[in-house]
Amino acid sequence: MDLLLDGFATALTPSNLLFAVVGVLLGTAVGVLPGIGPAMTVALLLPVTYSVPADSALIMFAGIYYGGMYGGSTTSILLNTPGESSSVITALEGNKMAKNGRAAQALATAAIGSFVAGTIGTVLLIVLAPTVGPLVVQLGAPSYFAIMLLALFAVTVVLGASKLRGFIALFLGLAIGLVGMTSGQPRMTFGFAELSDGIEIVVVAVAIFALGEALWVAAHLRRKPLEIIPVGQPWMSKADWGRSWKPWLRGTAFGFPFGALPAGGAEVPTFLSYVTERRLSKHPEEFGKGAIEGVAGPEAANNASAAGTLLPMLALGLPTTATAAVILVAFESYGLQPGPQFMAQNEALVWALLASLFVANTLLLVLNLPLAPVWAKLLQIPRPYLYAGILFFATLGAYAAGTSSFDLGLLLVLGVLGFAMRRFGVPVLPLIIGVILGPRLEEQLSEALEISRGDYGTLVGEPVAIAAYVVMAALLVGLVVARVRSSRSTTPTSVTEKDEVNA
Amino acid sequence: MSIVVAYTPDAYGQAALDHGAAEAVRRDTALVVVNATKGDALVDPRYAHDDQIAAITSDLEARGLDVTVRHEVVPDVAQAVLEVAQETDAALVVVGVRHRSPVGKALMGSVGQRILLDARCPVLAVKPDA
Repeated sequence: MDLLLDGFATALTPSNLLFAVVGVLLGTAVGVLPGIGPAMTVALLLPVTYSVPADSALIMFAGIYYGGMYGGSTTSILLNTPGESSSVITALEGNKMAKNGRAAQALATAAIGSFVAGTIGTVLLIVLAPTVGPLVVQLGAPSYFAIMLLALFAVTVVLGASKLRGFIALFLGLAIGLVGMTSGQPRMTFGFAELSDGIEIVVVAVAIFALGEALWVAAHLRRKPLEIIPVGQPWMSKADWGRSWKPWLRGTAFGFPFGALPAGGAEVPTFLSYVTERRLSKHPEEFGKGAIEGVAGPEAANNASAAGTLLPMLALGLPTTATAAVILVAFESYGLQPGPQFMAQNEALVWALLASLFVANTLLLVLNLPLAPVWAKLLQIPRPYLYAGILFFATLGAYAAGTSSFDLGLLLVLGVLGFAMRRFGVPVLPLIIGVILGPRLEEQLSEALEISRGDYGTLVGEPVAIAAYVVMAALLVGLVVARVRSSRSTTPTSVTEKDEVNA
Repeated sequence: MSIVVAYTPDAYGQAALDHGAAEAVRRDTALVVVNATKGDALVDPRYAHDDQIAAITSDLEARGLDVTVRHEVVPDVAQAVLEVAQETDAALVVVGVRHRSPVGKALMGSVGQRILLDARCPVLAVKPDA
């Protein structure tokens, strides 16, 4: 408790509070704009880690992460175009509500639900993080190797419609992660001395998220404008409160555990929450025509999952969403390595970060309820102006990472790769997580084999490792069974969800 | 011969439309309504909804006018209006004009000004009733 209060003391200093405000404003803004997400924003802002203290930068990034989850719902509801992949489900009922003239209520239940879920999620995080910490310290290298393998596998297999595309992205990422010197030998450097230190993750993240998206938008610049539904101040009637509070809590219950799992992300829990609310609702006839439960549940779920994601990231150093992956890069640029010893060694920083999550959450509620119409105005910005700015910051960030012009060439090459991935529907998340976890996977493997003196049996020598392999096998079997079944049944599987690129 | 109206779904566009329609009745010519967007922003409030266009069309047709509506995404809005004027051999272009700050004009340009200066026929610049 004292630790938490110290955390608040750090989070509430004027300068850190300012960083939190900047973070939530930026986060909401990028959440509102489709195609620009918290992961890209954090990647573009990574250069601030060179000059800003660690706690301030991380507080800002946490604000961006939470803000992105809030902002995504605004576009889903008013425009029927999800700002983020986590808000795809919200659009189902949210836009129908808006078309029925209930946009204000939909926005209100999304914002308040996000606040409730974010607060509960953060409390759970605070309760669980210190207990998980000592447990993971006991894990050996083989367990680590297995858990990371599970995370890579699950992220690739569970999310996205096409497993093949997922694995293409994963192996691209792992291949990029292999570049550099190993045991004194250059590997995959193709004779470039600049590559011997490996490819800077910042450059990869900025290229794939920012450059790839900018090229993609440039290729599809002129489009018929979407019809936006005008909205005033969000508000809710008593009946709306009554119908919303249970879905908020249930959404939180779905979101947090899924966020904390290695296959995390917000897509699965928001979908589960929607299905549950549709089944439990007292107004099933309203579903498909704008039921408030269908907005309240999924919106709570996506914020709770954002809180859940931070648990494996802090305790194990395992990122499960694109944004968490980029935040992990920020930790690393401060020389901090989240993982078993991290929480014990950096108590002050961790608690400041956790306290700042409360601050960010409260700020978001205060800012978002009155400002909803202003956020909607952001959609009127001509995209050439927006993407010119993004390209400027992308180039700046990539150059600042190593102050070498070679990185700029690399940025362009990887940016074209990012564009090609969007063009061919290859998901971005497995690539970025592959780049980050690949080298650490190798490290754990060589450590395990060093201890066992080359005996591969050690890899299945720990219970946690075995459990991880069993889960992977179960996922694989489930996948095959589902495939066989769907190919047998004559009804075509309805893939309504577009495989959104989670940028 | 025709009368071209540069329309936007707001008070200025409505004023232009009203004057254009009155003029078309007086001269007994066809009326061409142009509503275009560059389509580079996700939302453009000056691009009318399809049902707004339908409402305008049926309203004008009820008044016995020969109405054509050009509702499209174009590279340049002012250019689009001028091209339609040329194409339909316009006798008059009607445009709603508004106050613009120097900064806003520098950044976004002014469709009204370009139509005024570049049209090959007389231009009627109107304002909504105060």
